Amino acid sequence: MSWLEKLVPSVVRADGKKGSSKVPEGLWKKCVKCSAVLYRPELEKNLDVCPKCDHHMRIGARRRLDIFLDEDRRQEIGTEVEPIDRLKFKDVKKYKDRLSTAQKTTGEKDALVAMKGELKGMPIVAVAFEFAFHGGSMGYVVGERFARAAKIALEENIPLVCFSATGGARMQEALISLMQMAKTSAVIERLKQQGTPYFSIMTDPVYGGVSASLALLGDINAAEPGSRAGFAGPAIIEQTIRQKLPPGFQRAEFLLEHGAIDMIIHRGQMRDKLAGLLAKFTRQGTAPAQPQEEVS
Amino acid sequence: MFTVIMNLNYLDFEQPIAVLEGKIEELQLVGNDNDLNINEEISKLKEKSTKLTESIYSNLSSWQVVQVARHPQRPYTSDYIKRIFTDWDELHGDRHFGDDGAIIGGVARLNGQPVMVIGEEKGRGVSEKVQRNFGMPKPEGYRKALRLMEMAERFKLPILTLIDTPGAYPGIDSEERGISEAIAQNLAVMSRLKTPIICTVIGEGSSGGALAIGVGDHLNMLQYATYFVISPEGCANIIWKTVDKAPLAAEAMGVTSSVLEELGIVDETIPEPLGGAHRNIDAMADTLRQRLSEQLDQLNAIPTEELLEKRYERLMSYGN
Repeated sequence: MSWLEKLVPSVVRADGKKGSSKVPEGLWKKCVKCSAVLYRPELEKNLDVCPKCDHHMRIGARRRLDIFLDEDRRQEIGTEVEPIDRLKFKDVKKYKDRLSTAQKTTGEKDALVAMKGELKGMPIVAVAFEFAFHGGSMGYVVGERFARAAKIALEENIPLVCFSATGGARMQEALISLMQMAKTSAVIERLKQQGTPYFSIMTDPVYGGVSASLALLGDINAAEPGSRAGFAGPAIIEQTIRQKLPPGFQRAEFLLEHGAIDMIIHRGQMRDKLAGLLAKFTRQGTAPAQPQEEVS
Repeated sequence: MFTVIMNLNYLDFEQPIAVLEGKIEELQLVGNDNDLNINEEISKLKEKSTKLTESIYSNLSSWQVVQVARHPQRPYTSDYIKRIFTDWDELHGDRHFGDDGAIIGGVARLNGQPVMVIGEEKGRGVSEKVQRNFGMPKPEGYRKALRLMEMAERFKLPILTLIDTPGAYPGIDSEERGISEAIAQNLAVMSRLKTPIICTVIGEGSSGGALAIGVGDHLNMLQYATYFVISPEGCANIIWKTVDKAPLAAEAMGVTSSVLEELGIVDETIPEPLGGAHRNIDAMADTLRQRLSEQLDQLNAIPTEELLEKRYERLMSYGN
């Protein structure tokens, strides 16, 4: 059973480590899909996409924004927003302790990093989920940082791009988490009303409360190849309907076939593709040309 | 003669009440109307039963509230529609795929004023439960709700929603037809509809499936209703690997109106009759009708632009 099958809709396993992409330091890394042993510097140059089988490996929020945005003029948004344990949530461990463990292992305050920057010279706001932090679950900080990022996009009328990777709402923040769905959806609706583009890129995986709010509300919804996205996790669906799920269920290709997304975008083409789309959406002549540093 | 062993109309923690009520029933059956002693005994027992109910209900745990919220006899959306509104016309279908029985929608009058009513319905009895998919809406249910709400905006009808669901339906067909998108779309659109929206959790408010008809200007919860991001069983299953710990999960998550009012998420708790809404459905419906009427009058008095700005500011403030 893979880690994902243990996911439950709207929530994330309390122990974020399970889905973490942390591996022992070393020069070699094994592809989880084809088991090819890969030379790490080569793999990184290939944007953590397996050169043998094209499997898109999970990457952290900072790396995601780093390979997406232009190098210059980056400015982080909402760093002052930090998690609050309003419910004094305690199960077998205190939520407070779970938070500080996650903060230590990931170096992030919470599961979303937001930045203002440029994409091939075009001013843009981009946010990315950190799956290694509590399974990328959405609590107050994720919702609030997303909203602040969106407000900047709204005020400056510049596009917003979101890379999601999440198990859903964070149950340790209970209804406060649920309400972040309403918060993020409301601010996205303002972008829509104003005609400011919002693109949602789903990366493996996107489930639960995030799927049922900000991730499916893009003017463009897209996904990386092979990524999984859905409302309910596969285990829950199998339990409910008491039958095996068809192969490829909830994968990017399935989402495309069922009309949930506009396209599948290879990680190596992400910058080019989105820059081209945004140039059209903002009625600019052409996407500013830049040397292609990505491998496709 | 019969003795009450376990009365299924009562929850586990209510069994002492069930025993007393059983005794009262027995006495009423054997008693002769002229027998003063028996009548006296009955009224004594009745008083005792009321006191016992009061004491049990004054101190319910979160998990017990969840059980009351899911009580099989608890009034559902259709029970309230019958009692609160007049001139009810049910409207069907999402215009794209089908008509979802798990969500009821239609136009009616509240004290003469035309309103749009939308509610989740679990259904009673096996065949109705199946027809209503046990109150678990599929995408077409949320899209029907959206269609009706957008129509309400066009015709300047206030929207009243009644929330009662174990969650959006987790199935292959739900996913194929975009359950996530359907829920998300409702959240987005409800945040800006130019008409007052009052949402009331009447029973079980489970996660995104509840919120999908739960964004508005005023959020009510009935006293023994419950609202959570994941069911206590689901939460317990993840943390403790067993549903037996659901009571602990319910406590930890704070699933009752008192906690949610403190967090600023719920605006108002509407009191229920002694022993829960199902003990006196008419009285419950009457209280709810009065509260909805007053709330609607207040919201109607606010200029639309101001109403929308307030709604938006409120959404943005969640968790601050």
